[in-house]
Amino acid sequence: MTVRQAYPIGHVRTPYYIRGKSGVIERFCGTYANPEELAYARPGLPKQPLYRVRFRQADIWRDYRGQDGDTVDLEIYQHWLESA
Amino acid sequence: MTERHQHEQGVPHRHPLRPDQDDTLTYWRAMEIALRELLIEKRLTSADEVRREVEAMDNRSPVDGARVVARAWTDPQYQQLLLMDANAACEALGLERGLYKLIVVENTDQVHNVVVCTLCSCYPRFLLGLPPDWYKSRNYRSRMVNSPREVLREFGTVVPDDVVVRVHDSNADMRYLVLPRRPAGTDDWSEEQLAELVTRDAMIGVTFAAEP
Repeated sequence: MTVRQAYPIGHVRTPYYIRGKSGVIERFCGTYANPEELAYARPGLPKQPLYRVRFRQADIWRDYRGQDGDTVDLEIYQHWLESA
Repeated sequence: MTERHQHEQGVPHRHPLRPDQDDTLTYWRAMEIALRELLIEKRLTSADEVRREVEAMDNRSPVDGARVVARAWTDPQYQQLLLMDANAACEALGLERGLYKLIVVENTDQVHNVVVCTLCSCYPRFLLGLPPDWYKSRNYRSRMVNSPREVLREFGTVVPDDVVVRVHDSNADMRYLVLPRRPAGTDDWSEEQLAELVTRDAMIGVTFAAEP
C-alpha cells in the first residue's frame, strides 16, 4: 500500500514523513471514529478502518544508517491508503 | 552573589532571589483553569473529582506493566493471550483494561522493538504511569524514528546488526508495550522477583530488561 501524498489542514494522524511511502499491511486494527473529524467536535462517523502498515526504514530515509531489515510500523486510516 | 557575600563573617545577609517557577500562566493553562472553573460552577464536575483524577493519574506506575511482563515470562498461555489481546490480558491480572487498544510487541533474538509517538506523546499510561519527559521531547520523537540505532546506543542499548530494529510509531489509536526478553540466569526466579527486572524503559524498548 502507498500512503497518499496529500497535505490537508487539520488534525491529521498521518505524519508527514510517511506520506507518499509504500509498505505492507501488518494487521487490521478495527474501525475508529475519524480523528480528523473528532478534533473539531464532530462525531467522526462512519467509523474508519485503521491498519498497521510496516515500512522498510531504507524506503523512508534516503541516508538510513541502520540495517536493511529495520522497519517502522505506523497506524494509517484507510482513506490515507492507495494500492501500491 | 555579591562581592561582599562572605559567610565566615557570620552576619545576616540576603541571598540573591531566585525567581519562583510556579508562574507559568500560559495561554493554554489559563484556558484550562477557565474551563475547569466553569464546569465546577455548572456542577458538571467538582474540584474534588478533578483532584482525585489527578491523584489517580499520578499514582499509576510501571509496576503494573512489570507484573504483566513477569507473568508472560512465566506462563506461556498468558503470554499468548497478551500478544493476541493485551487488554484482556491486563484485565485477567485484575488491572485496568485501558481506554485504548493495547498492542504488545515481543522482543526475540531476531527483533528488537521500540515505541515512539512522533506526533505527540501517546503512551500506555494505564500500565506505565506518566511518560518520562524525554519521551515527549522533540529530540526523541524525531530521532527515534529515523536513527533508532543511534538513539538506542545513547541509552546504552546496543542492538546487534543481525537483529532487526522495529520502531512502532504510536501515531493514532493504538497503544504499545514492549515485552522484553527474559534475562538469562533467571530460570528459578519467582514471578515477583522477575518483575523487579522489568523497568519502564525496557517496556518502552529503549533498554533491555535488567540483568539479575
